Amino acid sequence: MATLDIKDLHVTVDTEDGTKEILKGVDLTIKDGETHAIMGPNGSGKSTLAYSIAGHPKYTVTGGSVTLDGADVLEMSVDERARAGLFLAMQYPVEVPGVSVANFLRTAKTAIDGEAPKLRTWVKDVNGAMEKLSMDPSFSQRSVNEGFSGGEKKRHEIMQLELLDPKVAILDETDSGLDIDALKIVSEGVNRFKQNSDKGVLLITHYTRILRYITPDFVHVFVDGRMAEQGGPELAEELESTGYDKYVSAARA
Amino acid sequence: MTDTPVGDAVETVESGTIRSHLNPPPSYDLADHPVPVGTEEVWRFTPLKRLRGLLDGEPSEARLTQENSVPAGIEVSHITAEQAREIGEVPPSERPAALAVSLAGGATLVDVPAEAEIDEPMVVDLSGDSVDTRVWGHTVYRIGNHAKVTVVVRHTGSATYCSTTSFLVGDGADVTILSLQDWADDAVHLGRDAIRVGRDAKVKHTSISFGGDLVRMHANVEYDGPGGEAELLGLYFADAGQHLEHRLFADHTAPRTKSRVTYKGALQGQGAHTVWIGNVLIRKVAEGIDTYEENRNLVLTEGCQADSVPNLEIETGDIEGAGHASATARFDDEQLFYLRSRGVSEKEAQRLVVHGFFNDLIRRVGIPSIEDRLLETVEAELARNVLKES
Repeated sequence: MATLDIKDLHVTVDTEDGTKEILKGVDLTIKDGETHAIMGPNGSGKSTLAYSIAGHPKYTVTGGSVTLDGADVLEMSVDERARAGLFLAMQYPVEVPGVSVANFLRTAKTAIDGEAPKLRTWVKDVNGAMEKLSMDPSFSQRSVNEGFSGGEKKRHEIMQLELLDPKVAILDETDSGLDIDALKIVSEGVNRFKQNSDKGVLLITHYTRILRYITPDFVHVFVDGRMAEQGGPELAEELESTGYDKYVSAARA
Repeated sequence: MTDTPVGDAVETVESGTIRSHLNPPPSYDLADHPVPVGTEEVWRFTPLKRLRGLLDGEPSEARLTQENSVPAGIEVSHITAEQAREIGEVPPSERPAALAVSLAGGATLVDVPAEAEIDEPMVVDLSGDSVDTRVWGHTVYRIGNHAKVTVVVRHTGSATYCSTTSFLVGDGADVTILSLQDWADDAVHLGRDAIRVGRDAKVKHTSISFGGDLVRMHANVEYDGPGGEAELLGLYFADAGQHLEHRLFADHTAPRTKSRVTYKGALQGQGAHTVWIGNVLIRKVAEGIDTYEENRNLVLTEGCQADSVPNLEIETGDIEGAGHASATARFDDEQLFYLRSRGVSEKEAQRLVVHGFFNDLIRRVGIPSIEDRLLETVEAELARNVLKES
């Protein structure tokens, strides 16, 4: 059972030119086993939506609600949200020098589960996850995201997704900057996660390419801080040929 | 040998007598190193009142308690100050070093014969039990050509201590040095490690300061011939009220030499003060050299001060590489957000970041037997104050 419910979400950000409203009333419900794709032009607020749900301090929620299985997400700290079952795969994962991937993963898993993972099964799980994502075993001894290629960073995000096993995964432009082989590997990881019952996926992307590998149940067009259109997978195909122009000009009118 | 400033002797290898603007010329004569008043460039960061009289003193036989673990092949003996000079130690370039040489009543000489390859580290444990007596220390390490050796000097307990140490590193030698200042809260330590790097020799020197009321350490390096390499590492963790100062000087006195300086510090608590001065002088003769120095400070709480000053003086146009970086910052919000978005609590995320910050450096020290202990000490420092789980 996992339902992420976003109602009339308003979010502002402080800029040099004053406070700017980025999200202008977002409604979205992600239920068990559903994959939602949010597509939209640059600057439409897609990433703001992802980071606001995760609780990034840069963003201020000025109205609306976000609940996960009825629990008020906006009342939770960043780490409480993760422990409640939310996961954000970031577009630009952050380097943490001197902290090994192995140490980081074990610390995160311990925090999420409330107890340290059993050593033997944990090592097996980590090695298994790395193998499925075609990552070299030496990877676990490197510092978190330090010196990683774009593809390595994204595979590392998906490895965390598989190991931490959240209820709802938000993938923020996980496809950007990936070559086709890496895109396939990453998509397979997301599909493995989806196969488990009770999982919700919110896939934020600029391009339709990744939707050939991860099939969405719903596609939303996001323009100027709110949903402009909703539909099934066919909407993605339509966007592929027509682009966002018609939605952008409608939003400006 | 006379008391003539040896800066001139060093500079006989080049034409002209250009002196570094930032580093006083070396001299054994105390008159050349007047008692500072605190406004001098090299003293302006140091709280002189807390030095417990270490800027003057009488000849003294007082010693720290010393326990040495000396691997076979290394000879330790006592020599006079005059003999230390004849051996060609690096002469004092400031008052405390000059005082130590003139008041310590002779020096300890550590001899590592040429071509000796000694795997086990030489460990010198120095400890004191009172700050009431001024103690002077004078040591010369003479490391033969192509020798390979590791030296660890640990300082613990309470003391008012002024030490000067020379490492004379022979051609092609490979030397790893660690000076650990793990003093009790009331200790005062003025220390100078000066390294003369032989032709094609390789030296790694690490200075780590955790304890003490006031610790001011110099790590100076100069080169006896082309091709020498020096890596100067440092780590410090200042708590409330502590003054930890590290002054580096890479004096490129020979062509095609290399220096790398990396110092990292953390500060926590009211009045924690750290100072890092990174001086590099590239002399006219020193063509084709390569230098880079870096200082990073992590400010964990309000009320701390981190001073960080890199200085680069260049007297030749023919340089392979020269650069520096200095950054003093609080926790990186993006790092903390990333870790917390994986369920890790704020305190735990901070602990991970600080660990990582130092871990990076500790794994470069090159003395495996001491790495775990260093990590434990960092852990203890963190547990002591701000990063306690509430």
